[in-house]
Order: sequence, then C-alpha cells, then structure tokens
Amino acid sequence: MVNRIVTGAHYGMRDWLVQRVTAVVMALYTLFMAGFLLTHQPLYYADWSHLFQSRLVRLTSLLFLLSLYLHAWVGMRDIFMDYVKPVGIRLMAQVAVILSLVAYAAWSVQILWGIQ
Amino acid sequence: MRFLIYRYNPETDAKPYMQAYDLDIDAGNMMLLDAILLIKAQDETLSVRRSCREGVCGSDAMNINGRNGLACVTPLSGLKEPIELRPLPGQPVVRDLVVDLSQFYKQYRSIKPYLINGDPEPEIERLQSPEDREELDGLYECILCACCSTSCPSFWWNPDKFVGPAGLLQAYRFIADSRDQATAERLDNLEDPYRLFRCHSIMTCVDVCPKGLNPTRAIGKIKEMLLKRTV
Repeated sequence: MVNRIVTGAHYGMRDWLVQRVTAVVMALYTLFMAGFLLTHQPLYYADWSHLFQSRLVRLTSLLFLLSLYLHAWVGMRDIFMDYVKPVGIRLMAQVAVILSLVAYAAWSVQILWGIQ
Repeated sequence: MRFLIYRYNPETDAKPYMQAYDLDIDAGNMMLLDAILLIKAQDETLSVRRSCREGVCGSDAMNINGRNGLACVTPLSGLKEPIELRPLPGQPVVRDLVVDLSQFYKQYRSIKPYLINGDPEPEIERLQSPEDREELDGLYECILCACCSTSCPSFWWNPDKFVGPAGLLQAYRFIADSRDQATAERLDNLEDPYRLFRCHSIMTCVDVCPKGLNPTRAIGKIKEMLLKRTV
C-alpha cells in the first residue's frame, strides 16, 4: 500500500452536533441538580432517595449520563486523532473507549433504578 | 535594545540556538522590521523574509515574543525586552526566521481558491449586488501570511490533513461568493473529521491575525451551512 495521506471520510457534522446538544443537556441537568442541592441543605438520604423515586428524575439523570458518555466519546476520539498516530493503536484505543462507555451506560441504569 | 533571535542553519548547525543582538536605537515610531534590517546590516548571515514592509505581502510573519505577527506592522515600542524572535511555529525551518510553508500552501490549494462558475463568460464582468459583495468583507482581505494557521494547535498536530484557519477562511470566501456555483462540492470537500472538524474554536487564529480577520467565524459559517444541509 502506498503511504498516501487520506482524508474525505465525509462525516464529522453529526459528532460536532452531538457534542453541542449533549453539552446543553448536561448544562441544564447541572442547573437542576445545583438547584436541588442548594434548596435541600442539609441534605438527608430520605430527600435524595425521594428525589430518585420519581421516574422523570431517573430518566433525566439517565439522559444526563448518556449525554456525558457521548460527549466523552467525541472528546476522546478527538484526542486520539490528534495524538495517537499509529492507526492500529488508535483503533484499539477507540474500541476500548466505546466498550467502556457502553458498560458505564448499562451500569448507570442499574444504579439509577437500584436506588431504594 | 536587546534582541534574542533564533538561529539555525540545517546544513551546518547541529541544533538551533538563540543569538543575542544589541541595537543602540530609540524605538520611537520604528517598526520591528526596521530593527531587524539594522541587525541584518550588522550580521548579514541572518536570514529573514520581507518584501512590502507595510503589512500587505505577508512575507515577514514570525513569532514575536511568543506571538505570531508581521514584523513590519509591529511597533517596536510596544515590545518587552529582550525581544525574542523565532520562526513561525510547527513549520520546517529553512534557515533562521525563514520557514518552509509548502504544507500551508498545499492546504490552501486544496480548497480550490478560485471562482468556479460554469456559465458562459459575460462580455464585461460577472456582476454582484452591493449586498452580495458585502458578504466577502472580512474574508477577501487575507494575505496568507500564515500567522493564524501556524498558531493553531490543530494545525501543528495535523498539518497534512487539517486545512487550517487560513485555508478555511478562504474556503468560506468562495462559498460566500454569489458568483461561485460549486457550493455543494466545496462543502463535500470540507465535510471531514480532519479537514474541517479539527477546529475546536479556540480562536488563537483570531487573536493573532495581523489583518484583524476572524477565521473562527468563517469556520462557524461553514459548519452552519453543513448543518443546514444535514437537518
């Protein structure tokens, strides 16, 4: 194979958009959480547990976490693209990040719906 | 005034070094380039590029006290001593302050920096309304001095794949031109994780541009157009 510089993958817009949308989701959730924590001082486990009994809170928390993972994916891929030049190592690093994030997502569901 | 100037001759020097020069001058209204030329009169082995000496040709772009700029339009009085001069960062050094900008020009060429219009040529000229012409303000003024692209970390890491702020500003200059008919091709050419999306809008390009242009805004407009055709 000749050692050509290859570009032209014709993607990138979606990742760019995902990064922005997930940033907004995380910002809104952070405001909500900060509001809750500020209005519940001192915080007792009962308040915390009560908050997470609501399905809406569980779902928005899951949305926040999924946004975080997607955001992290775009960011990690950017870092690999800039700093990890060997294609094989870069691919392995990317796969490792994807698998970890999928595992985190499953774990998040387990934690959120496990709160008693 | 004390100057520390980067010296490197790849043919004879094992590695680059900084050489000190002293000039007995009063900064007054002098520009940095005037001082460099006085130094060159003292030591003719110092290599530097310059031509128009008034910020139009873009030849004397260099790193001045850690910041890219044109020596000819940088007032000497505003610089902290010792004035450290280095070549533009991230580019192969030909000698001293002269760098090889092949990569930069290659990226510029890749965006097809010319009008593409399949219509028969009109007898006199292709007309534009004043409003359409206004769209090009802040874009056509670029002199390709490379201050922006060589201050961009994304361009440092991927100069072979990332078009860079200067090239992208010019890409948008032709996308924005009402007389150009190749918008779709131009967008196709840029829709790439490397060519366009290495830009993370950190705006060092805007910070250093000696002509006061805003490549980040132009890049934002390109992304906006890609978004428009995606959603």
